[in-house]
Amino acid sequence: MRIPVDSYRLANGLLVTLSEDHSAPVVAVNLWYHVGSANEREGRTGFAHLFEHMLFQGSEHVGANEHFELVQRAGGTLNGSTWLERTNYFETVPSHHLELALWLEADRMGALLPAMTQEKLDTQRDVVKNERRWSVDNQPYGTWWERLPALCYPPTHPFHHSLIGSMEHLSEASLDDVAEFFRTFYTPDNAVLSIAGDFDAAAARAFIEKHFGGIARGKGRPPLAPMALPATFGGWLRDAVEDDVMLPRLFLAFRAPVFGSPESYAGSVLAAVLGMRRGSRLFRSLIREQEVASDVSVFTWDLSKGADLLVVDATARPGTDAATLERAVVAEIDRLRTDGVRDDEVARVLALIETDYVSSLQTAGDRADTLSKFAALFGDPTLVNEQLPRYRAVTAAEVTAFARTYLGEDNRASLVYVPRAGAADADADAVEAA
Amino acid sequence: MSPNPRPEPGAPRAYEFPDTTPFTLGNGLRVLVAPMPRLPLVSVVAVVDAGASGDAAGHEGLAMLTASALAEGTADRDAAALAERFERLGTSIDTGADWDDATIHLTVTPARLDEAFALLAEVLMTPRFAPADVARLKAERLSDLLQQRVEPRGLADERLAGVTYAASSRFARPAGGTPGSVRALDAATVRGWHDAHYASSTTTIVVTGDVTPERVHALVEGRLGAWAHAAQPIAAVDVTPRCTSRAVHVVAKANAQQTELRVGHVGLPRAHRDYFDVVVMNAVLGGLFSSRINLNLREAHAYTYGAHSGFDWRRAAGPFAVRTAVKTEVTDAAVREILLEIDRMRETAVSQDELELATKYLAGVFPIRYETTDAVAGALAMAAVYGLDSGYFSAYRQRILAVTTADVLAAARAYLHPEQLQVLAVGDANAIEGPLAALGLGPMTVTNADDGDDA
Repeated sequence: MRIPVDSYRLANGLLVTLSEDHSAPVVAVNLWYHVGSANEREGRTGFAHLFEHMLFQGSEHVGANEHFELVQRAGGTLNGSTWLERTNYFETVPSHHLELALWLEADRMGALLPAMTQEKLDTQRDVVKNERRWSVDNQPYGTWWERLPALCYPPTHPFHHSLIGSMEHLSEASLDDVAEFFRTFYTPDNAVLSIAGDFDAAAARAFIEKHFGGIARGKGRPPLAPMALPATFGGWLRDAVEDDVMLPRLFLAFRAPVFGSPESYAGSVLAAVLGMRRGSRLFRSLIREQEVASDVSVFTWDLSKGADLLVVDATARPGTDAATLERAVVAEIDRLRTDGVRDDEVARVLALIETDYVSSLQTAGDRADTLSKFAALFGDPTLVNEQLPRYRAVTAAEVTAFARTYLGEDNRASLVYVPRAGAADADADAVEAA
Repeated sequence: MSPNPRPEPGAPRAYEFPDTTPFTLGNGLRVLVAPMPRLPLVSVVAVVDAGASGDAAGHEGLAMLTASALAEGTADRDAAALAERFERLGTSIDTGADWDDATIHLTVTPARLDEAFALLAEVLMTPRFAPADVARLKAERLSDLLQQRVEPRGLADERLAGVTYAASSRFARPAGGTPGSVRALDAATVRGWHDAHYASSTTTIVVTGDVTPERVHALVEGRLGAWAHAAQPIAAVDVTPRCTSRAVHVVAKANAQQTELRVGHVGLPRAHRDYFDVVVMNAVLGGLFSSRINLNLREAHAYTYGAHSGFDWRRAAGPFAVRTAVKTEVTDAAVREILLEIDRMRETAVSQDELELATKYLAGVFPIRYETTDAVAGALAMAAVYGLDSGYFSAYRQRILAVTTADVLAAARAYLHPEQLQVLAVGDANAIEGPLAALGLGPMTVTNADDGDDA
């Protein structure tokens, strides 16, 4: 399976990728700005994400929330999201509304600031604080995705700090910060525009030139703080948290080669050998045989700069304490490093990865986002068609070598959540019955 | 940059929902095939009339436990061997039950379909239900229930159901059961449920993707044509409300950082004659980002990250509810705004502009919802469960676009019942009890997040 990919650059530096498919009258527009929480300056954690909210508050020719309204009225879906390395914005619309989606994206890339007001900033700051309460502070284990990077990346590293940000920093963000961030990062030469689905290539190129061609190139983005890190943590890092949770949960992380590097494919296969579905090692051992975990998954964060993380996420069964859970996980990791990975395990994983990858390219929106990802991170959208061959080339020996290099005691970080003292006692009844 | 005017849309291109070929085997098994040859993928859904609505009192959770136990092996192979076989084919089964049905689902490449379907047929007809596997799944459910006591969203949904429906209604208790009811289940009750409800006459097989109806016919006839078995019918769910006047329910949760809020009452059955009017009415009220409730609570007041309303469509009347999470100190103000928006829907007709935002959105996103083989298979399975006719999907967009402002007003007046709303708040009771009482909405009860009904 290959998907068609065409790409070119506008004079102002905007990288465009196009992928036609006429099976449904649907087209997706997707923009990746090469800026994320890693680009925030000190004292402004959470700003990249707050800024993403501001991009829905109107621009020179679009009123507040009108972006949402116009796309929904056209029968389309839309959203945006912020990650450590990028921020993306996307619409999927009936194909005859392609130009509307491009016009909306171009208006906010070209002329956001005339629409910014203190009142809008104050409102979105409160919305984001509510988002933080909802997704982090009021959710069991909700702080894991800021505690884990804080544990695994040194304090000065751009991946160390919280993506959603602290309440204090969110309060301090000003309209000047919004303007500075916009001028620095929301420029055509720091973005990728992808279109996938039902469109006419000549018409799409003309729309793109008409709406984006006149936007001025940026003045260049400031360099990130140094990203390079040693290949391993150099020890076993630990953080333990008492929280309002009922069951212990372990995040065991390993520093890993960056996403897209040759070794990273072996790393992804290793993660799947350990934790992908019921046939994986950890599911079989921890859930089915030993019955010490109720849930387990293994994943990589897919960071393309500095260093990535491979993470085992396991929740204890009632009656199992955190130490027992960690011992069981570590024993499986050590067994894999000692005995190595078998060919049949790799075959199982490759068959699953293949079906999942094809499935992940079914919607126009997902195709456009994947094109933007490879274009933004590696400058080459045709990598979308190289992923399956790269996975298929991974051998059991390479997976074993990855495990021996990166899953040792000199490269582990344990983040453990345990129930607050006293909280678990009330549940002896349920534990007993389990 | 010279501003370009907002572009006008081009000419709409035609859209057809994938053509569906239905047939029925001699044993009563129904089959629906929708070819979608774009990518080398096939999705299969087996949907069985064996949902949680049919759980007997005291055995709540049996339908869901049975469905999850289906993945734990067959007569011929144990759970680990079954998982291994599926995964070597690049697939795995998802099994589960909802209120009205149980489903087994997989997506696989066409070259591996025959083998994967043969395994799925084994799972459907001859599940293993080993006592140790059932015991493990039961323990996992109890573990989920334990965790839910500190997870405010799930807790709020569960408690809302309990205050919305009479204790005699199956809908008053979670589909997955309570600690007490789950403890009463074992491999024997699971096998009993399978014997009673999984049969050729209660099952529909849906296949979508890179296949032909001929191939599917031969495959299903070969693997399931000999399955003959009588099933017991499932009685209609009693949907009596717990109380027909407004009341406020505070659930005290230690260390709450915000309030999870639910406002709702008993809604409507899926096969309702005014379904389309109600869907459009709800879209204007709280079904979209640009709906009244979200724009009010999020964009005008910044009380929340998001607020939505919805009818939970089931064969019998599921709940209607507004769901949001708000800052503790604005809990009462948020409730007041939600009630105002519900009243406003009933007082005057929505504008033509608001109507069109909803209808054009719902009609326009229809093709976007059905881009994948999974989504089309899921939609066809849903249509089978609710008895929607074969023209349902092709007529969907026209029926949405035919709804008028008068229809929306009539639907709001007929099916939103402000005087019956149950207001439920999970949060810091000390901070929210007084302000909520001051709204004077009705009698108030305060319970604890830890109070399980039979834990």
